[in-house]
Amino acid sequence: MNENYNISSSPHIRDKVTSSNIMLFVVIALLQATIFGVFNFGMSALINVVLTTATAVLAEYVYEKLMKKPVTIRDFSAVVTGLLLALNLPPTLPYWMGPLGAVFAIIVVKQLFGGLGQNFMNPALAARCFLLISFTGKMTYFVYDGVTGATPLAELKAGGVVNTMDMLIGNVRGTIGETSVIAIMIGAIFLLLMGVIDLRIPGTYLVTFVIFITIFGGHGIDAQYITAHLCGGGIMLGAWFMATDYVTSPITKTGQIVYGICLGVLTGLFRLFGGSAEGVSYAIIFSNLLVPLIERITLPKPFGKGGEK
Amino acid sequence: MGLLTFKGGIHPDDGKSLAKDQAIVSILPKGDLIYPLSQHIGAPAKPVVQVGDQVLKGQMIAEAGGFVSAPIYASVSGTVKALEPHFNPTGSKVPCLVIENDGEYQETKYAQAKPLAEMTKEEVLNMIGEAGIVGMGGAGFPTRVKLSPKEPEKIDYIIANCAECEPYITADYRRMLEDTEKLVSGMRVVLSLFDNAKGIFGVEDNKKDCIEKLEEAIKDEPRMSVKILQTKYPQGAERQMIYAATKRAINSAMLPADAGCVVDNVETLIGIHTAVVEGKPLMERVVTVSGDAVEKPGNFRVLLGMNQKELVDAAGGFKTPPQKVISGGPMMGFSMFTLDTPITKTSSSILGFLEDEVAKAQTTACINCGRCVEVCPSRIIPSRLADYAERHDEDTFVKQNGLECVECGSCSYVCPAKRPLKQSIGSMRKIALANKKKK
Repeated sequence: MNENYNISSSPHIRDKVTSSNIMLFVVIALLQATIFGVFNFGMSALINVVLTTATAVLAEYVYEKLMKKPVTIRDFSAVVTGLLLALNLPPTLPYWMGPLGAVFAIIVVKQLFGGLGQNFMNPALAARCFLLISFTGKMTYFVYDGVTGATPLAELKAGGVVNTMDMLIGNVRGTIGETSVIAIMIGAIFLLLMGVIDLRIPGTYLVTFVIFITIFGGHGIDAQYITAHLCGGGIMLGAWFMATDYVTSPITKTGQIVYGICLGVLTGLFRLFGGSAEGVSYAIIFSNLLVPLIERITLPKPFGKGGEK
Repeated sequence: MGLLTFKGGIHPDDGKSLAKDQAIVSILPKGDLIYPLSQHIGAPAKPVVQVGDQVLKGQMIAEAGGFVSAPIYASVSGTVKALEPHFNPTGSKVPCLVIENDGEYQETKYAQAKPLAEMTKEEVLNMIGEAGIVGMGGAGFPTRVKLSPKEPEKIDYIIANCAECEPYITADYRRMLEDTEKLVSGMRVVLSLFDNAKGIFGVEDNKKDCIEKLEEAIKDEPRMSVKILQTKYPQGAERQMIYAATKRAINSAMLPADAGCVVDNVETLIGIHTAVVEGKPLMERVVTVSGDAVEKPGNFRVLLGMNQKELVDAAGGFKTPPQKVISGGPMMGFSMFTLDTPITKTSSSILGFLEDEVAKAQTTACINCGRCVEVCPSRIIPSRLADYAERHDEDTFVKQNGLECVECGSCSYVCPAKRPLKQSIGSMRKIALANKKKK
């Protein structure tokens, strides 16, 4: 007899979900916010989104070709990075800036540290902060309906009154993908239902943030003020799509809760006491740096440990 | 209602519908019978017959090679043809006794078994040991040793592992339905050894009919109860079973007896019944033949030593040549490169699959998604441990509790990057355990 069937180590069955499926789900979930942003802000938003995303994928392709590494653009991770970066850009940004950020995200933040799974900071957010520092003027220039002005969050910080209903829908100034809470939540619910993300990080993040601004915001328990903070700026996009990035968040369950609390506190701190009205991006990349430490102190106790022997 | 269970685990497609409703069919071997001398954990058995000897069915052909060992019996009558190496289901060539079947099935005279009530504990234990009973769920640990803990009075639970959480396998399920009385009788025998123990049948809730049958069968047994467990893999892993049934958690350094438990699976308990009540040694077991490549999946009562190819033929053979053939379940079983290998005491099933999912899967980079952490019943971090294992960092591996792994394979199953996590961790574990012994 000479059958020679395949042999391999057990288990001999595998779940259907792959990494590229997961990334694709994230892209699908981001499309609501993207489409809304394009309709809301018009052609320049669309061009920014397309150019930035395409550049991210191209940068990954070119780098991997040059370095003679296997090309991984089909895993959709570069698409996610490019798209997330684009959604964090003002719609009126000069068309070369987004692509520059995309190259920075993919080459410097992701590939130089070893590619997918190895980056210690969220590439899209690191690139946003890079652009924010380099081109502060352009990156904080917001127009809506032809009127230049402050974002609702900046108005709020200055003590102004904002329309929370507009902020919920997204008819306000802001970056391409952050303005519509409704569009973001549709995507987030989709990811929750598909099991891509769970509530641990975004839940603790938002709850901690609300507690923080209630205590230190100077308005006490003011539903209007709290809603405005939750609907304004990048907190929704950040909490549901960027804080939940697997690579740069803790793998331990308790760690994810600690991480969420860090995010909430830092965001509150930056928004209330920082120089700028916005603080989500910095809070997330700063917390990214704390992840190894958080994981160290939150290692789970193995099953049966604590019994004798 | 919260069903009893443990934290972690997975829900793979169970594939049990293929063979679930097929009643157990007895089949007889045609070709030679092959008996590996090592079908259990511990010292290999020592042959007590010579090549050329005539043997009867039920005659001992190899005796226990030590305390942790088990004897082996001829399952047919015939001539001892050879003592030579053969492949066992795990792919190693091991010394085996080969018996040419004369087709007569002449049985030896078994000593008249005494009623259980008249036997001393020592007698019962000896009968179990002499019958060659080992853990038939797959581990193959000699049952006599398991039933002889240092302080038997401290054992308060005997758990019948009726979970059968591996996909596709339905042998225990059929046994529970068709041989309920024997299973309960086996439990009665074990309970007679432990005065302070209660008997628990831990059954997953996907086997409602078994639960009903068992409850009916034990209604006059004050020491026994049925506990309904959530259907989840690896519910039948010893530590997870103990936890679900008793809420006691044990780690890798502990034995079930440390938690006052003894766990035996369905087939083993039936073997105990046969040994002690009927006075016959272990010569047969029930094996499931299933998988999408098998023509007529079913459950078969087979004589140990029978060639697996013959058994597959009895199930109608393969529809199309399979890519992969597995001895045991798809989660923890062994893939076999050939079917020319015998049924042993620990063979619970033969599965034939048209497609090898593992060969198809492409390993990509870990994205730190934490799915492996979510499902790990030992609550360790499989992705990190696999990293340590891959760079051969034994110290960190041990420090990060790599030895706690039960090798259930849930991490490899869920990994979206298709990393062979269990394989890496398992290999490192073997090295670390060997080094630990040396110290």
